[in-house]
Amino acid sequence: MAQKNRLQSGGRVDRTKPVSFTYNGKKYQGFAGDTLASALLANGVDLVGRSFKYSRPRGIVAAGAEEPNAIMQIGATEATQVPNVRATQQELFDGLVAGSTNGWPNVETDLMGLVGKVGGKMMPPGFYYKTFMFPQSMWETYEQFIRKAAGLGRSPKEYDPDIYDNINQHCDVMIVGAGPAGLAAALVAARGGARVIIADEQNEFGGSLLSSKETIDGKAGSAWVSEVVKELATYKDVQMLPRSTVNGYHDHNFLTIHQRCTDHIADRAPNGQVRQRMHRVRAKWVVLATGAHERPLVFGNNDVPGCMVASAVSTYINRYGVLPGNELVLMTSNDNAYRTALDWHDAGRKVVAIVDSRRNPSGDLVSAARDRGINIIAGSGVIDVHGSKRVQEVSVASLSEDGSRVTGSVQKLRADTVASSGGWSPVVHLSCHTGSRPVWKDDVIGFVPGATVQQQLIAGAISGDFTTEGALSQGIKAAQEALSKLGKSAPEMAVPKTDKVVQGKPMALFHIPHSKPTSQAPKQFVDYQNDVTAAGIELACREGFESIEHVKRYTAMGFGTDQGKLGNINGMAIAAKFLNQSIPETGTTIFRPNYTPITFGAIAGRNCGELFDPKRYTAMHKWHVEHGAKFEDVGQWKRPWYFPKPGESMHEALNRECVATRESVGILDASTLGKIDIQGKDAREFLGRVYSNAWAKLPVGKCRYGLMLKEDGMVFDDGVTSCLGDNHFLMTTTTGGAAGVLNWLELYHQTEWPELEVYFTSVTDHWATMTISGPNSRKLLEELTDADVSKENFGFMDWKPMEVAGVPARVFRISFTGELSFEINVQANYGLHVWEKLFEHGAKYNLTPYGTETMHILRAEKGFIIAGQDTDGSVHPYDLGMGWAVSMNKPFSFIGKRGMGREDCVRKDRKQLVGIKTIDPNVVLPEGAQGVFDPSAPIPMPMVGHITSSYWSANLGRSIAMGFVKGGLDKMGEKVYYPLADGRVVEAEICSPIFLDPKGERQNV
Amino acid sequence: MFHIYCPHCSEYREEEEFHYHGQAHIARPLDPDSCTDEEWGNYMFFRKNPKGIHHELWDHAAGCRKFFNVTRNTVTYEIKEVYKIGEQPKVVADAVPSK
Repeated sequence: MAQKNRLQSGGRVDRTKPVSFTYNGKKYQGFAGDTLASALLANGVDLVGRSFKYSRPRGIVAAGAEEPNAIMQIGATEATQVPNVRATQQELFDGLVAGSTNGWPNVETDLMGLVGKVGGKMMPPGFYYKTFMFPQSMWETYEQFIRKAAGLGRSPKEYDPDIYDNINQHCDVMIVGAGPAGLAAALVAARGGARVIIADEQNEFGGSLLSSKETIDGKAGSAWVSEVVKELATYKDVQMLPRSTVNGYHDHNFLTIHQRCTDHIADRAPNGQVRQRMHRVRAKWVVLATGAHERPLVFGNNDVPGCMVASAVSTYINRYGVLPGNELVLMTSNDNAYRTALDWHDAGRKVVAIVDSRRNPSGDLVSAARDRGINIIAGSGVIDVHGSKRVQEVSVASLSEDGSRVTGSVQKLRADTVASSGGWSPVVHLSCHTGSRPVWKDDVIGFVPGATVQQQLIAGAISGDFTTEGALSQGIKAAQEALSKLGKSAPEMAVPKTDKVVQGKPMALFHIPHSKPTSQAPKQFVDYQNDVTAAGIELACREGFESIEHVKRYTAMGFGTDQGKLGNINGMAIAAKFLNQSIPETGTTIFRPNYTPITFGAIAGRNCGELFDPKRYTAMHKWHVEHGAKFEDVGQWKRPWYFPKPGESMHEALNRECVATRESVGILDASTLGKIDIQGKDAREFLGRVYSNAWAKLPVGKCRYGLMLKEDGMVFDDGVTSCLGDNHFLMTTTTGGAAGVLNWLELYHQTEWPELEVYFTSVTDHWATMTISGPNSRKLLEELTDADVSKENFGFMDWKPMEVAGVPARVFRISFTGELSFEINVQANYGLHVWEKLFEHGAKYNLTPYGTETMHILRAEKGFIIAGQDTDGSVHPYDLGMGWAVSMNKPFSFIGKRGMGREDCVRKDRKQLVGIKTIDPNVVLPEGAQGVFDPSAPIPMPMVGHITSSYWSANLGRSIAMGFVKGGLDKMGEKVYYPLADGRVVEAEICSPIFLDPKGERQNV
Repeated sequence: MFHIYCPHCSEYREEEEFHYHGQAHIARPLDPDSCTDEEWGNYMFFRKNPKGIHHELWDHAAGCRKFFNVTRNTVTYEIKEVYKIGEQPKVVADAVPSK
């Protein structure tokens, strides 16, 4: 297949290795070494997308990360789709499948374009804010339309088959960018013995040297690069990372690098290789050698395909052997861009003219152009471009000396390519990430990194010195400085010899005026990706947006995936000019991570699927699995939820489990409850301070329930604590609260009461806990122990050490079901053994395993709360009707006591926890349902509290619920109504939350 | 992401190992019961939000589980010092301008 724009020779592509790829369903061919962008240009593909708002045809304008238009959807299969890839950064491989992101139904014939043409005038900045705000209920509809129009690409609908990685690293010197400055720095740092990481986003090191004809030490720049890379490879402490974008520079010299390991090889990473890797680097010193981006100039219809950034044209010619057109007009405000005209001319195609905004361009490159007979039109500007899908003609007019007005008549030139250059903007992005504000420099005509507290140095074009000589010498100096700061001796290195080119003074010009005022001139694009025009920025300023941050948000300038790399400075300059102030007065917006888009895969690394979160299993987990348990996640724990028998529904299983427990005996794996071992001579005093009730007199061998409050008086956890010895207690916490409670105890001990001698140890995992509950539980326990567990000698709220099933155990006579209940704790590795022994002996009692759901129902029948379900951080013990668990006359003002006494906490009409009995016993209220006293009140009805727990109770043959009701404790027997989302209104009665055995007789047997 | 020196472990560790607990040096009133609602409210709810030097309580949650104090510049995120509970900061707001 013909690559009509490919040069016969030159560049870094390998013409012996053709590579085929598919773009928008059509097959093309490029060469090894191409990017998708260079291959498309070689094939004469002008159109790569449609614009965001106006759906205008767009072509490739740049050659690197700053590309705003060529945003591709990559991927041969659904699972390997990657959105928003810049064609300029995607290396070509055999079988690459790419498509343009926007354009509907496709780029060539775009229906949205009609909207753009017809509605252009109707879509000023702020259009979306002004148009799509109301009514709010329509937002979801608008969003779909906007997304389709905006061309944001799409994420894959299938599971990503590839592996991604994270790696943590440390280094002495992290060098960002491997152009001449970065390479020189790396060489010196390496020779000085530093541990070095050097990363560059491109496929090979060299930066600008790969696409220019400059020489270093009399050789081609690329030859110098090869030598340096070869030497760097000999140092074991130097890590070279090509295809690796330093995407974020975070606090304390922490950098994130997005390495694309196989994106250049195949659609899927071959042989199980890692596709992408995120390096998380902590660097002692950072050298930013990120270079500069060339700014295009803003002029009429400057977005017509064929309009490109000047240096990008040179890159395509010199690096890829591609001439992206036939007849070139170069529009420039500086000498440097003359190189593009020279490259074009030397490659054998026609340079129609160099249009220079300066009156008297001079310098070596200008002379070189004159020597070649190239027509230079000085003191002029390209004010308009004609053509729709490709440049056909340009309008050129002479400008006033300051470039602010058109002064002469307009002449038209035939051309298919317009290269433009308004100078260079240092790539200050990373230096901004840590909060440092960039500083404007008039001599640079750009922003350079400002003061920083990071251990950061800069070298090369980022400093505003755009020469290769400057890059090399600054690179050497930066590395020497880093080495000396690190206490290492810095080796001397002579600056390699570079070409001497005398250049004339550049002109600070950003926006080329048109004969008409900007608001009536043809569209002059500032931000290609978001269709922000010079007129739009002026309109925003006219509408009162004076801060550049507001202008940015109002116009959406810099909001694209390119973050305005090409357009932002031009936009600020236009705003500054309109507001009649300088650029430093106008200020700049701040760049934030990430520098270029990054895949979620690289961020997640291996932390997905099975490895997303640790899973915690109890010692009896295997048994639960074998017996068909359904599991629920409680924190990281996998807890049995219920144990359905074959063919049983959840409802049937719960009914069976609930009844069996109350009629005979059930068993719960309670190992997940948090357990904290507390020791020390002040342990008892400490407990008295952190629990709401009294602990001073709890004797050894006894257990007590406690509520734990925050200083505001609100309940945050509960549990039973047992006295194991005079200075030794075992605290239990809720499953989910264990870590938080331990931290809470440590906080108060370490920061408030360090004088108390007390130690806390988490022992949750050391013990397996099984609770047998029900009238036959004592009989069952007696079969497995010789200890006396009779009512007389082992009372309610006692605990005893004993042997159970032949292993040492702590047995606690506590109950969360209201039944006679024993909580057997054994060393975790004995857990399964004891559990199985219990079932061996339990068969005759119909020992029934139950999970968290039956546990919830059984405790709700008794009105026992679950912290975190019936509490939400806004209820104190009295709200829960649990004043019995508060001891107001303890000598020490325990945590929460003073908080409970606040004015708001003693209101009579606080929401209080009560039982809720539906009038129709078959109706189970949904948890979260909001109650009202008057169901016929106009909407919005005054809401009086919500349902926190609600179940079907098989034991009672009716529904039961608990919930909050304003002043509920004084409203026993009164009605409350629950209007539901489906339109039903459920009538209910306020009652005691203790639905079963109110006197507690069942547990005292 | 911060790089924090734990004064108990005597080495730098990544921020991921630490938990932030807000403003440091908020002593619990010795006699809460005699506090007015306003005094108690100030203790519980009111916190500084300085631009510049701030003294903070951190805990080495995934390390030694010990609490300690950090003096940090909330503008630049520089950590000026770390010191143990019960000690007083050497770097205070007056000595370092907040800008």
